[in-house]
Amino acid sequence: MTVAAHAKSRPPPRSISRRASRWRNRLRIVAFLSPWLLGTGLFFIYPLVATGYFSMMKYDGFTPPVWTGFSNWDYVFNTYPYFWPALRNTLWFVFIVVTLQVLFGLAVGLLVCHLRRSAGVFRTLYYAPHLAPPVAATMAFVFLLNPGTGPVNTILGHLGLPEPGWFNDPTWSKPALTLLVLWGIGDLMIIFMAARLDVPVEQYEASELDGAGAFSRFRYVTLPNIRPILVFAAVTGVIAIMQFYTEPLVAGKVASGQIGGSGQQVEPGYPSKSTLTLPQLVYNLGFQRFDIGAACVVALVLFALSMVFALFLMRRGSGFLAAGD
Amino acid sequence: MPRLHRKVVGTTAVVVFALVAAGCTGSTSGGANDNPNAETTIKFWHGWTAPSEIAAINQAVKGFEADNPNIHVEVTSGITDDKINQALRAGGSDAPDVVSSFTTDNVGEFCASHVFVDLAPFFEKSDMNPDDIFPPTMLDYTQFDGVQCALPLLADAYGLYYNKDAFAAAGIDGPPKTLSEFEADAIKLTKSDGDSYSQLGFMPDYHGYETTIAHYAAQWGPTYFDDQGNSNAANDPALNQMFEWQKHMVDVLGGYDKLERYRSTFGDEWGSKHPFMTGQVAMQLDGEWRAGMIDDAGVNFDYGVAPFPVPDDQADTYGKGYLSGTIIGIASTSDKQNAAWEFVKYMTTDTDAVVNFANGIHNVPSTIDALESPNLDVTPAFKTFIDIAQNANSSTTPASPNGGAYQQTLQDVGYDYESGKITDLHAALVQADQQIDADIAQAQ
Repeated sequence: MTVAAHAKSRPPPRSISRRASRWRNRLRIVAFLSPWLLGTGLFFIYPLVATGYFSMMKYDGFTPPVWTGFSNWDYVFNTYPYFWPALRNTLWFVFIVVTLQVLFGLAVGLLVCHLRRSAGVFRTLYYAPHLAPPVAATMAFVFLLNPGTGPVNTILGHLGLPEPGWFNDPTWSKPALTLLVLWGIGDLMIIFMAARLDVPVEQYEASELDGAGAFSRFRYVTLPNIRPILVFAAVTGVIAIMQFYTEPLVAGKVASGQIGGSGQQVEPGYPSKSTLTLPQLVYNLGFQRFDIGAACVVALVLFALSMVFALFLMRRGSGFLAAGD
Repeated sequence: MPRLHRKVVGTTAVVVFALVAAGCTGSTSGGANDNPNAETTIKFWHGWTAPSEIAAINQAVKGFEADNPNIHVEVTSGITDDKINQALRAGGSDAPDVVSSFTTDNVGEFCASHVFVDLAPFFEKSDMNPDDIFPPTMLDYTQFDGVQCALPLLADAYGLYYNKDAFAAAGIDGPPKTLSEFEADAIKLTKSDGDSYSQLGFMPDYHGYETTIAHYAAQWGPTYFDDQGNSNAANDPALNQMFEWQKHMVDVLGGYDKLERYRSTFGDEWGSKHPFMTGQVAMQLDGEWRAGMIDDAGVNFDYGVAPFPVPDDQADTYGKGYLSGTIIGIASTSDKQNAAWEFVKYMTTDTDAVVNFANGIHNVPSTIDALESPNLDVTPAFKTFIDIAQNANSSTTPASPNGGAYQQTLQDVGYDYESGKITDLHAALVQADQQIDADIAQAQ
């Protein structure tokens, strides 16, 4: 064989074939990831970047956007009168409602696990409210908690107890919304119930043999086993409550009696801005005041808060989880 | 990833993003270059939904098509403002050419952003003067900063409904004309029942359905903005007097807490349990639509309608009221603006069309000729609103580039003042003025 022939039949250098192989491997990885990349790109990354972009623009939705730097941020934080009340309300809902949701959901979930008779009936009764459409449920609660004619206050009056103003009183409007949220606890009940049933029976038997009472069994057997579910419930609860829009908006509108007259804006957060939440501001700024830039600022604040809470809970949760191992 | 690849990917991402973002910020194409005599189809979106309303507007459209056989109108009903705004932003072949909206407050934005075209050139081309056609107040709420970008498509007028049987029982001869008479009548008509009422003369609270600052203030003739366009609430005697009067009425009729507790017993504004219709209140500030609802509900008392009373020192202006209404405009993204103008012109200025439409949906007609037309169905109650609409002293709320935000700011002051949360009205209005000016600056 000649040198030329030998050269023709010589395989490619190892570096070229390794590079080609690496590219093919990368393409294969991208191909498998592409559905997620497309979805995340289109529905998360692009909207997030666009929101940041428009937050620095004066944009009314009709005329081309104009760069304004941080003036929208300055307006929202220092001038817009509804931002700080809405932020305080949203944080109130996060700390109070999510905590109560998790505790109440856990209590109900454990309770239905221990029911001997009619467990199915009670599970249905506790879960059914979760299926109620939010607008209908809110209107029903406003009716029930009507301070003048509602059955709740009528009963409280007969019992000689104080009759709160509920959705018409700034002090009671958020507790009234909390009751509404807790009424729809069915989904968390199912999750905690499933988690409880997943706890190995042998651990309970062993703890009983060791003389552990009910509280000790809960603390040292149940709780460590359902920790991941608690973290999950807290994280998803925070994310959901940060988007709390329909119920406070409908409650405020129905309780105030003003849906909106001829060509008018409606009052945000009745009564006295106590039911105002950040998502409502996004709508008020973006679609009633035509200030898309400022609406994007509020949306980014919501996103940042959600991330902070979620990361905090995940970090604390992982420590919580590790402690249980 | 090698540095070169990262730069390529990063640059590509930025370029793609910028292109997509630019594409998503709307289209400004459109023009008045079409031939209005050519065969064409235009799209008209409106917000009416009740069967009788849709029938009335479709009849008007048919009338237009009969007069203009070359222009076909594709009507879409039940459109909300959110959809209108999206369509106006996006433009394109599916977007409407003509839009009507119930949200009068949005006219400022529609005019300032040029999303509705300026109709002045169209009036010139048609050799028409809008001042000769429309009542001045109705032209006022359809323009902003000198740009007439919309026209009134029927109107709403506000007056006083009163329970004649309750008046007779209280020994009151007729409806009050001045606010001092009104206060005396409201007190006479109020019957307390423990910590509530069996009958309230008048619900003065701002949440009492249509008893808002905008509707009250028209009786004083306020000046919301000064000549420089700055908010004038703190310096305007009319607005200050209105706030003080309303607070006084709250105090003399039982106090805020008692009134709010009573208000919580009221039924839905748009149903048969409206407090005026159930006899819970003897007088109510409301729009012309209430008369039809009262008649449909078949209440068990005789009622009357009159203009809302005026301040004692303005007794000679009695008969005026607040005006508002549906607006109609041509989308700037439309490339059939001349054909669209023919349609808008017909719907808003053709006397027969306006009268028939007003008769169909029981709204106040929006042209001078239609208001005086013998073909208008005028009941005694409706006549009051016709008179209010024709009254030279009737007024409206001025347009603003951020919708009705300034009205909401003033309304917030009202809520705090009536409840006693604030006691220094002047300081609150000064703050409100600063807020309104800052909000408008943000919108411009």
